Amino acid sequence: MTTAAMLKITGLNTYYGRAHILSDLSLEARRGEVVVLLGRNGAGKSTTMKSVIGLVAAARGTIEFEGERIDNLAPYRIARLGLGYVPEERRIFTELSVMENLEVGRQSPRDGAPTWTPDRLFELFPNLGRMKDRPGGRMSGGEQQMLTIARTLMGNPRLILLDEPSEGLAPVIVEQMAKTILQLKAEGLTVLLSEQNLHFSQMVADRAYIIEKGRIRYQGTMAELSADAAVREQYLSV
Amino acid sequence: MSLSNIVIQFLNGLAGASSLFLVAAGLSIIFGVSRIVNFAHGSLYMLGIYIAYSLIEFFGRSSILGFWGGVLLAALIVGLIGVVIEMVILRRIYRAPELFQLLATFALVLVIKDVALYIWGAEDLLGPRAPGLRGAVQVFGRRLPEYDLLLIVIGPVVLGLLWLLMSRTRWGTLVRAATQDREMVGALGVNQTFLFTSVFFLGAFLAGLGGALQVPREPAQLMLDLTVISDAFVVVVVGGMGSIGGAFLAALLIAQAKAFCIGIGDVVVFGTTLSFTKFTLVVEFVIMAIVLVVRPWGLLGKPQAAQRGSTMVEPPLHPLGKTFWSVVLGLVILLAVAPLGGDDYLLVLLVDIAIFTLFAGTLHFLMGPAGMVSFGHAAYFGLGCYGAALVFLKLKLPMELAIFAGPLAAGLGALIFGWFCVRLSGVYLAMLTLAFAQIAWSVVFQWDEFTGGSNGLIGLWPSDWLKDRTVLYFVILAFCVGGMAFIWRVVHAPFGYVLRAGRDSPLRADAIGIDVRRFQWFGFAIAGALAGLSGALFAFSKGSISPETLAVSRSVDGLVMVLLGGVQTLTGPVAGAAVFTWLQDEIARNTEYWRAILGITILVIVLAFPQGIAGFVKQMMTRKGLLKEVAA
Repeated sequence: MTTAAMLKITGLNTYYGRAHILSDLSLEARRGEVVVLLGRNGAGKSTTMKSVIGLVAAARGTIEFEGERIDNLAPYRIARLGLGYVPEERRIFTELSVMENLEVGRQSPRDGAPTWTPDRLFELFPNLGRMKDRPGGRMSGGEQQMLTIARTLMGNPRLILLDEPSEGLAPVIVEQMAKTILQLKAEGLTVLLSEQNLHFSQMVADRAYIIEKGRIRYQGTMAELSADAAVREQYLSV
Repeated sequence: MSLSNIVIQFLNGLAGASSLFLVAAGLSIIFGVSRIVNFAHGSLYMLGIYIAYSLIEFFGRSSILGFWGGVLLAALIVGLIGVVIEMVILRRIYRAPELFQLLATFALVLVIKDVALYIWGAEDLLGPRAPGLRGAVQVFGRRLPEYDLLLIVIGPVVLGLLWLLMSRTRWGTLVRAATQDREMVGALGVNQTFLFTSVFFLGAFLAGLGGALQVPREPAQLMLDLTVISDAFVVVVVGGMGSIGGAFLAALLIAQAKAFCIGIGDVVVFGTTLSFTKFTLVVEFVIMAIVLVVRPWGLLGKPQAAQRGSTMVEPPLHPLGKTFWSVVLGLVILLAVAPLGGDDYLLVLLVDIAIFTLFAGTLHFLMGPAGMVSFGHAAYFGLGCYGAALVFLKLKLPMELAIFAGPLAAGLGALIFGWFCVRLSGVYLAMLTLAFAQIAWSVVFQWDEFTGGSNGLIGLWPSDWLKDRTVLYFVILAFCVGGMAFIWRVVHAPFGYVLRAGRDSPLRADAIGIDVRRFQWFGFAIAGALAGLSGALFAFSKGSISPETLAVSRSVDGLVMVLLGGVQTLTGPVAGAAVFTWLQDEIARNTEYWRAILGITILVIVLAFPQGIAGFVKQMMTRKGLLKEVAA
């Protein structure tokens, strides 16, 4: 396995108006890895994700994807490089059916990335296959979460950004979500995940970063973090 | 009415609905995706009818191919004009506050009107009847033009095609997705630039087609832009924003209502003659007012989800510093010594500026701190004009008293209209204000015996002691400065805080015990009453008034002034009204095409300073202030 970073963020600084949200944030995800960005509410996890996909402009710093600078590209260009984004709030098109939601995410097959079709996605998310024509607005939270991931996978990404996928889901569904992420990893996808849920992260992640007030406070393998009670106490306990 | 009459009016209504539906559908699709209320959509319709007229003349009036080729080609050309407008102007301001996008489309209305004036002249142009369809068929012994039968078919056919396009193609799916969350569509890899441009093409094409199809039925003329856009607004709002089916339904409903009003004609009820024909001008607005009050999102519409990534947070108002007050003082001194120059023309211009500053100030109060955008603020200006003038002329009260009848009449009008308006918000509220303004306008325009109809009223002479221009100047100035000071005071009083709280977060304001609607209602009435004061002053400064004072174009003028100056600052309307009035006056004296020059000026300003003139100056000053802080 090569250790070259697939996604590499270096010295990222992001502002909302005058509020400094991200300070000199650096992190990377290597090919085939599941990396988790852990932190409390408001730590800057979602802003990091949005900065990568281009929805929030970075003031300083660079973001590279497969060696190419993407920090000045429009979101659609970034997405077309094979970087998929699954937003925290799901942002399902509520007026569109499941099939139509998938259609919006569809992109051409891509080298070096698994190719997804609706049928393959329905194998991964059997529930969705049973409600192909249902409008997105009439689905449960768990089903919407599945749909938003499936929609992004339709773009055949190489790397997928999952913003708090376990949030607001029933424990059974969280287990299922963890299995799904491991399946995606097995398909060869790289995953950058943001989470507050340490237990969930331990099920899926290889490495972890801890973010607090827009700064990376800790980085290490998931096993190291699990062993380090002091760090968990300091940054993650409520 | 006999059965045959009913049937024929029904068919007339169906024929009339088609073009209306085409324009409204285009407007609705564009609004859905771009969230731009395209005021220039009526102008595109007007271009459609003009271009089709010219093409048909060019291809030959009696060639069937020439006629239909001309109609389709005209629609295509208008579609391409839409593409150019989107690429050159609108694309640059998608992220600007939505009111600025509105301003840009107003500017386009002005430019397109003058382009049409330049190319086709001011005369009405009536095209030929459609070759091959010049006859009429007998329906219940009445004649119905064949062309109308065709129009009856075209509406549903286009509806069907649009439905297929929207539900069966990838493009349509993307458009519907972007209508809900365009940012997410972009994050999924869809090039929105292309999507937006193609949506503008389709919308403009439909407007152009709607116009071109009317060539045999109505003459091409320069007033079409504003009449058609207000019709289209009504249809879109009645049907529900973004709902194509709703637009169709609403177009049918309104065209039917109009057709039946014409069909009924004059009816004698209890000895008085009721003219339903005259009612056609208002009927659509009455329908709209009823629909909006009963179903605020239109017949088939859904509550609008706030489009992501486009919300602008209004900054808080800061107490004004010494610099500001010294500028005000300087301005007042300048205004005080202006008559010494002995330049009568300057005084007239300054009086106009003062009056429109007050007018724009009241609109600013409504749009800024109170958070209610009005497309029909001229109603209150005009009610002020007519209130004062009628009291002066009919009741023979002296001018000193008549002036106060202006704000009274306008305030009452605003209380009545406002009661309905504050039940809505956003674009729907704006549309309803437009509807009420149109109702007020058509009453004034048609009530010959009382308001003088289209001729207006004359003989509004100021009292003897005001005959001197300089004295009149000072009196009007005093009223306007007083009015502005009052607005300033209200904005900074607890009442103003409550309005801003209601604007920024209606739910939370409600939750802390503020009856938001009630305060907005009073805010609406205050703005209306003061606009009425400016109207009353206007009436006596001019000596005569006409229904123009409450026409759409006056409302648009007010909007342009406010937006030009900037909505965020209280100084905005002063700057905006001064620049607008001066520019209008200055350019109008030198060229016939003052609208185009004004429009282009506005476009340049919008593209260069998306926060308005005063907003720009303020920003520069803050920036300087910041630099000082850093240096210290």
